[in-house]
Amino acid sequence: MTTVTDEPDVTDVPEDLLDADGARIESTSKLGVFATLRRGIQISPEITRGIWLTLGLASLAAAGRVVVPLAVQQTIDVGILADAGPDAGRVALLAVLAAGALVLAGLCAALVNVRLFRAAEAGLATLRVKAFRHVHDLSTLTQNTERRGALVSRVTSDVDTVSLFVQWGGIMLLVSALQIVVATGLMLVYSPILTAVVWVSFIPMFLVIRYGQKYVNRAYTLVRERVGAMLGAVSESVVGAETVRAYGVSERTGRRIGGAVEATRSAQARSQVLVAATFSSGVLIANLVLAVVVVVGTLLGVGGGLTAGQLVAFLFLVQLFTGPVQMATEILNELQNAVAGWRRVIAIIDTPVQVAEKPDAVTQERGPAHVTLRDVRFSYPNGPEVLHGVTLDLPPRTKVAVVGQTGSGKTTIAKLVTRLMDPTAGAVELDGVDLRDLAFASLRKRVVLVPQEGFLFDGTVLDNAAYGLRVPAGSTAEPEAEPAETSPETRAAVERAFVELGLSDWVADLPDGLDTEVGQRGESLSAGERQLVAIARAYLAQPDLLVLDEATSAVDPATEVRIARALDSLTAGRSTITIAHRLSTAEASDLVVVVDQGHVAEVGPHDDLAVAGGIYARMHASWVAQTR
Amino acid sequence: MALAGSRVGRSLALMWRGMRSHPGIYALAVGASAIFGALTVGVSRAVGWATDSVVVPAIAGDEVARDRVWLGGLVLAAVALTLALSVAGRRIWAGFGVVRIQADHRTALTRQYLRLPASWHRAHPAGQLLNHTTSDTEAATGVFNPLPFALGVVVMIGVSVVMLFMIDPWLAIAALAIIPVTVAVNAIYQRHMSPAVTRAQRLRGDVADAAHESFEAALLVKSLGTEDREESRFDDRTQELRAANVRVGIVRSLFDPVIQTLPAVGTLLVLGIGTWRISTGDVDAGDIVTAAYLLTMMTVPVQAFGWVLGELPRALVGYERIAQVVDSTGALAYGDARLSRTPGQPGLAVRLEGVGVDVPALSGAQQRSITLLDGVDVGVEPGTTVAVVGTTGSGKTTLVSLLARLSDPTRGHVLLDGVDARTLVDGEIPDQVAFVTQTTFVFEDTVRGNVTLADEGAPGAPSDAEVWDALRLARLEDTVRAMAGGLDAPLGERGANLSGGQRQRLAIARALVRGPRLLVLDDATSAVDPRVEQEILRGLADRADERAAGAAEPGSAAGAGDHSPGTTVIMVAYRMSSVTLADRVVHVDGGRVVDTGTHDELMARDPGYRELATAYEVETERREQERADAAAAGALDDELEEVAR
Repeated sequence: MTTVTDEPDVTDVPEDLLDADGARIESTSKLGVFATLRRGIQISPEITRGIWLTLGLASLAAAGRVVVPLAVQQTIDVGILADAGPDAGRVALLAVLAAGALVLAGLCAALVNVRLFRAAEAGLATLRVKAFRHVHDLSTLTQNTERRGALVSRVTSDVDTVSLFVQWGGIMLLVSALQIVVATGLMLVYSPILTAVVWVSFIPMFLVIRYGQKYVNRAYTLVRERVGAMLGAVSESVVGAETVRAYGVSERTGRRIGGAVEATRSAQARSQVLVAATFSSGVLIANLVLAVVVVVGTLLGVGGGLTAGQLVAFLFLVQLFTGPVQMATEILNELQNAVAGWRRVIAIIDTPVQVAEKPDAVTQERGPAHVTLRDVRFSYPNGPEVLHGVTLDLPPRTKVAVVGQTGSGKTTIAKLVTRLMDPTAGAVELDGVDLRDLAFASLRKRVVLVPQEGFLFDGTVLDNAAYGLRVPAGSTAEPEAEPAETSPETRAAVERAFVELGLSDWVADLPDGLDTEVGQRGESLSAGERQLVAIARAYLAQPDLLVLDEATSAVDPATEVRIARALDSLTAGRSTITIAHRLSTAEASDLVVVVDQGHVAEVGPHDDLAVAGGIYARMHASWVAQTR
Repeated sequence: MALAGSRVGRSLALMWRGMRSHPGIYALAVGASAIFGALTVGVSRAVGWATDSVVVPAIAGDEVARDRVWLGGLVLAAVALTLALSVAGRRIWAGFGVVRIQADHRTALTRQYLRLPASWHRAHPAGQLLNHTTSDTEAATGVFNPLPFALGVVVMIGVSVVMLFMIDPWLAIAALAIIPVTVAVNAIYQRHMSPAVTRAQRLRGDVADAAHESFEAALLVKSLGTEDREESRFDDRTQELRAANVRVGIVRSLFDPVIQTLPAVGTLLVLGIGTWRISTGDVDAGDIVTAAYLLTMMTVPVQAFGWVLGELPRALVGYERIAQVVDSTGALAYGDARLSRTPGQPGLAVRLEGVGVDVPALSGAQQRSITLLDGVDVGVEPGTTVAVVGTTGSGKTTLVSLLARLSDPTRGHVLLDGVDARTLVDGEIPDQVAFVTQTTFVFEDTVRGNVTLADEGAPGAPSDAEVWDALRLARLEDTVRAMAGGLDAPLGERGANLSGGQRQRLAIARALVRGPRLLVLDDATSAVDPRVEQEILRGLADRADERAAGAAEPGSAAGAGDHSPGTTVIMVAYRMSSVTLADRVVHVDGGRVVDTGTHDELMARDPGYRELATAYEVETERREQERADAAAAGALDDELEEVAR
């Protein structure tokens, strides 16, 4: 808020748009353990689907695991050690019964596992997709607050961290709790005093767990953060491989990654030590309890309160009690691991969307675009103001050229007109409607930006150009459906676009024409060629307003001129806003806007400005001198 | 690194290699596990002893036994403490082992990423490469969690079996019957699990790849409003992964209960056989009780082996996916030749002799190759400036990237000072040649770090004065001075907080600070204002002159002594003002050199060059003509209108 409170007219701007500090993607959410669980289940309700039946089956499986040793014991006691010698019939009967219990328990266990796998995987898939979608919904500025590699870790390895707990831990925690209750009940039957002794003996353990969990949680959180940082570093070295090679800095980059790998390892090692410490203190106390019960039980027995047989039976029950308690310690550690990962994914999903669509956003008809900027101001979060009250009226069917020095605010205007960002004050309007009141679906159909470094997906030239098609050509399918990129109609539409843009010769010279693979990030093509594909892609989107931000900066002059002429004739009836250093664009435009240090310095047709003796006249003279 | 042989052989090799790489840690982990195994027996023995010789007699009224109650408690407590310590030791060392092997895999992978050439990276999605360092690494090492446990308690199985045989061979055979069953069950498990896990790991990579590519494309997605399409694309892959994971889960869900049930089945079998042996009088009831006890003792290690077996298919798949990268070849080989570098030496002499570049086609079924460059012969004199001009896609970038040896030509030679670039020692080319690419890659680092690409204070790292000098030449000094922190100002990932022009100027500063003998600019000023571009290029020329003058007077070159005067500059350029600054122009078209000469010579004799050079001029004239025609037509219309009136 501090960066904007001194602005005069912030009152009509929604509060959340101004909160520059809230625009960051946090490294982890601040939710507590239970709040994280609740939020996690709220995001992925599939996780708890059918949980009661699963819990019932899991209890049966757990009971089966207790019944079998009992059956074995019985077989030995009453079958083999029978007073009248081994009773083969009874042994066979008990063995068959035990085997039946065994098979039943096994079946239940398998069924439980399958059900849990299905529920957990469905929930995790939902978590991944929701987080993925939210990353795209965040404003460009917010997206840039986190490394791409680390964002990938949030929808991949952070989600995977949750999976073990969701698949196995959650249900086992419930089953263990149930077992503890049952064992306590049985122990109470034999000896209430000893039961109290057992529970009191476990108090130090509960304290250790409570205390230890905090550290385990911190350790796991650190691991997740370091894995994210490591992926950021690896991603950088992969995407920047050429630069690393060209400057011979493999060794240093390797050291940086090595540092991140080592930091991850030491954080993991630390978490291992803490987990081992809490778990083994559980083991210690569970076995110490046995010693305590032996001593106290004997003393009680000597006093006549307990028979030897009762004490032996009680010792067996104590082990039924300590087993699930130890299991629970293990699961609680795993829970902390899951929470650490979960929080990082939830942090994405709970990052506020700064450039958001209003619930009552309007949809506009297609048609000539009339863009108006009213006293628009903009400052980047915690940065100085870069636009100081820009007012512009760009009539429909106009070719506008925005010129100015690097850093004058040209690109900022392009981003505001396409609503990649919202102004800190003032308004940008399309046909009289504030962009903030316009539905995104409508806005993105009507206004398309072509940035300088057009990104290409790994695929063919055809795939990439066809990405611009909203509706597959010749089809009436709903617009959001995956376009059939290989359909003959699509191919024809893409071919036509390249012909219309005067680029058919370039396509013909490609090794496989439209089917040429562009490689990762389009790197098999040169920067200029990538720009050609990006232009074709935007052209196929057929917007009412095309905003070109240095979109042909790496293209040779002859091709650039060809594209510019093609766009001229083809965008007739549409508007274009072009940002370019090459003033050939300005010469060909209807209206030139000169931006200087965050202000609009001059507006007018090229012919007028070129002789007006101002900034533009100087720029143009220097341009002419350079090109001749 | 790849494993060879049968699945069993590969599995054993995988486990052996992992443990051998950290022998100390694994010795401790297995040792602690063995102690744990012994103590598991110890606890039940101690409880048995306490029951028989303390509890029962004491309750029965034995005074001596009653006095020994405290002793009994102490013995039990001591065993408990040792047991807990062995558990802690086993877990800690096993955990250390796992994270160390993971770190080893990650280091091997990322070293290889840095070593492999750009052509390899173009064919391998970044998301997949990231996934190798996380999911595949975790998969490959998952088996090392239960392994020390299983190995440590294997003694328990041995002891139990020997004791069973001593009691009665039939009982032993009954108990051991579960072993072939385990082997059979495991064989079935592995057969179903391997393909399922292979698929799941591949899909994990695909999901990571879809996410990485989509996030890299975030701006495009937003500007075209294709969030829904990206979501559905990601959702498709995620659902495929979900289905594959469920498939893996089902196989595992069926395997685990079977393996866990087998020891109990063995026990029941022993009881059955035992009853028969008692009836024949070969064993007595006490033997059966002992045998049943021995079998419960076997349960723990058998289950531990179950975990190892359960993790093995995933480990093999993860390991093999890592091995594929680590075993990839294609990294450039280096020779041992060096270039001279003495103060005052002019720029590098560059020669391309009969250079051709073919690349394998990424698409198409059959092995085809595409010719990007062919028959290129170019000579560049030291200290001169050469402009490479050509249409988009004509092979300019391919040509100039050979000079920095980003790749090697398929045919012909690239000679630097007469030495074949392939024979130079590693590090020699980056030391003498600075290559500025079309699109600047900015590291998440400070301004200083991005210019020097060296650790602060590292030997040979440029001083701040030199960094400022380079920033000044690249016309970025004012921008950096205005940043909070100056040289220490952090630049966000990929330089998100810089404009395109600023990023390019940063890249130029990065090149200049190294004082290269050859500077290659691959259209490196496209986003820079023409005026600023002129300043930069003229600045380069001026500096070269200064240095040349300085070198002529010994002593005055101090401080800049290791910079070479008269740097050779090879630049891909479109602006005629830049081109005319060059001494010579090389016109490239369709992967061949069309003509070489001065700008004026080419203008005179090369029509293709003329078209490129005068494109704007011709266009301006055409527009003026059109406007004049339109005006004339308008005037005519007006006249006609008037006439009509």
